[in-house]
Amino acid sequence: MPLLEVKDLKVRVEEREILHGLTLTVNEGEIHAIMGPNGSGKSTLSHVIAGKPGYEVTDGQILFKGEDLLAMAPNERAAKGVFLAFQYPVEIPGVATMNFLRTALNAQRKARGESEYSTPDFLKKVREVSKSLNIPQDMLKRGVNVGFSGGEKKRNEVLQMALFEPSLCILDEMDSGLDIDALRIAADGVNALHSPKRAMVVITHYQRLLNYIVPDIVHVMSKGRVVKSGGKELALELEASGYAQFEDAA
Amino acid sequence: MNVAVAKTGNGRAVSDLFASAEGRLPGSPSGIAVRREAFETYERLGLPHRRIEEWKYTDLRALVGEVLPLAAAPDAAALKRAAEAVKAHAIAGARKLVLVDGVFAADLSDVKALAAEAGFRTLRETLEKDAGLLKTAATDAVIALNAAMATDGVVLDIADGAQLSAPIQIIHIATVASASAFTRSQVAIGKGARATIIESFVAAGAKAYQVNDAVLLSVGDNSDVAHIRLMDDAPDALNVTSHFVTIGANVKFNFFNMTTGAAVSRLQGFITLAGEGSELSANGVNLLQNTEHGDTTLVVDHAVPNCVSREVFRAVIDDRAHSVFQGRIIVRPDAQKTDGKMMIRALLLSDEAEADNKPELEIFADDVSCGHGATAGALDDSLLFYLKARGLPEKQAQALLIQAFVGEAIEQIADDDLREHVIGIAERWLERRQ
Repeated sequence: MPLLEVKDLKVRVEEREILHGLTLTVNEGEIHAIMGPNGSGKSTLSHVIAGKPGYEVTDGQILFKGEDLLAMAPNERAAKGVFLAFQYPVEIPGVATMNFLRTALNAQRKARGESEYSTPDFLKKVREVSKSLNIPQDMLKRGVNVGFSGGEKKRNEVLQMALFEPSLCILDEMDSGLDIDALRIAADGVNALHSPKRAMVVITHYQRLLNYIVPDIVHVMSKGRVVKSGGKELALELEASGYAQFEDAA
Repeated sequence: MNVAVAKTGNGRAVSDLFASAEGRLPGSPSGIAVRREAFETYERLGLPHRRIEEWKYTDLRALVGEVLPLAAAPDAAALKRAAEAVKAHAIAGARKLVLVDGVFAADLSDVKALAAEAGFRTLRETLEKDAGLLKTAATDAVIALNAAMATDGVVLDIADGAQLSAPIQIIHIATVASASAFTRSQVAIGKGARATIIESFVAAGAKAYQVNDAVLLSVGDNSDVAHIRLMDDAPDALNVTSHFVTIGANVKFNFFNMTTGAAVSRLQGFITLAGEGSELSANGVNLLQNTEHGDTTLVVDHAVPNCVSREVFRAVIDDRAHSVFQGRIIVRPDAQKTDGKMMIRALLLSDEAEADNKPELEIFADDVSCGHGATAGALDDSLLFYLKARGLPEKQAQALLIQAFVGEAIEQIADDDLREHVIGIAERWLERRQ
């Protein structure tokens, strides 16, 4: 059974159709890249998979491990193993990062019928994970993303990914707002987390990110549809010739 | 003509109350005279209503209608219930002074332990000699009513240089339904002293009761004082409390109010900075649900130069509840170099929730730095979605954001243990919502 199946998905935002019948299949352990020009619907797809309000699905379905994902609340999707790394992670003043991480992890475990972490066990786990990702401890002492640089925010997303151990990670424009060093650090973190059981969907505008995270399959999106899929060489082709040829194809 | 009829109606109810209560009210003959005068003031004014500017948002005539008869002095059964409530609400390590249905309960209080560090008498004892404590310049009806009807209270005298080793907690407990308790307390803190005064208002099984409390607090020069009020009265109770605070020179005064109970409540504080070089931090949180009405009205009077005042207020309003915050900063002509700031924020959790925020500056000096801000809004959807996408159910995500919101006011409490205690109260309120 595929991990994720998006079938003929049609999505509207305030009367305007953004996705016009999108189909995508992701299997366990695969790395997919979704590329496309601005406005092609890449971020809409990631938001709909994660359950962000404001989108109306008018047709099609999304199955995750064979279950109807669209029938679940966002927190249920997270507990099932869907993780969206945000393009712009929000700052939450007054909520300590450690408190947030523990609350979220235990909420997911509770939803799965697993035992909740005690505070010492949780602290031990966070230390292990942050150490393996080279994330400084003082980042964890601050409010969630408050005063973080763009790079720190993305590393905090990677930390959560490592902590929550999802089976599907969607990285929405992870490269936006990052310089090349920050990008490399974030990509290293993602690569460290890739496993035969964990699939990655990398959404990006530029080929640059794919120098660091090497995809198995590249999809080109244009005007709300996947218009071409291929191997990693497709990304290089796009870099050379641009998206214009596909806009006509759509 | 309608107004006159309404006044007569209210006045008569109190007249009966006063006549039937007179024999129970402590005080020398002069005290009774002061009470009669105060009661006449009340009768003339009647319960406050919306056409009185200070009470515009809290129309007691409409919200409450009548003053309930005086609660009977507690019997053995009432004291037993109160003892349970004391156990539940006592702050660890604090010295307790307990008032049950408006009467001091010596057996539930730590009078002996307190005696080593502070002078203590009851209001009742004090009034036998001197009626001065009943005299508060009042054009406010509820304050006049308090002077007329106060049955008891605590009178604390903290000497110059005293460094209290433990907080003093005054616990008001209601055990009788459909009755009123009137209390009045005085706390006089000397120079160079350090003290923490906590007031708690709770119910021991009582419903639909009314509380009218007044506190007269003075702080001598160079003292460091924390004053915490935790009002968690029964969901159908009324609580009206008036604070009169006078602060000397070079004082650090840290005030915090938490409202988590009562159908209708109003805390009105009149704080005067009367000595130079003092720092006032006055903060509060209203957590309101159902149809609760919670009003915090604070007048900070900078009467002298070179004082700092900071006010941070947060209201969380659910269902059809109504929060009122009125904050006035007065800067007298001589009070140059005053630095006064006030920030009020309301969080509306439902479409029918209501917030009235009214900040006011009255500045008569020309070299000051004063400012205020007021906002009202809902929880941020983008923050909620982020938390939900990380696995938090809706209510839990809301709870985390609400805690952060009120945290900005709670973190102003200087004492670590007290701050944790107040955070615990907020957490329990949030659990009740889930």
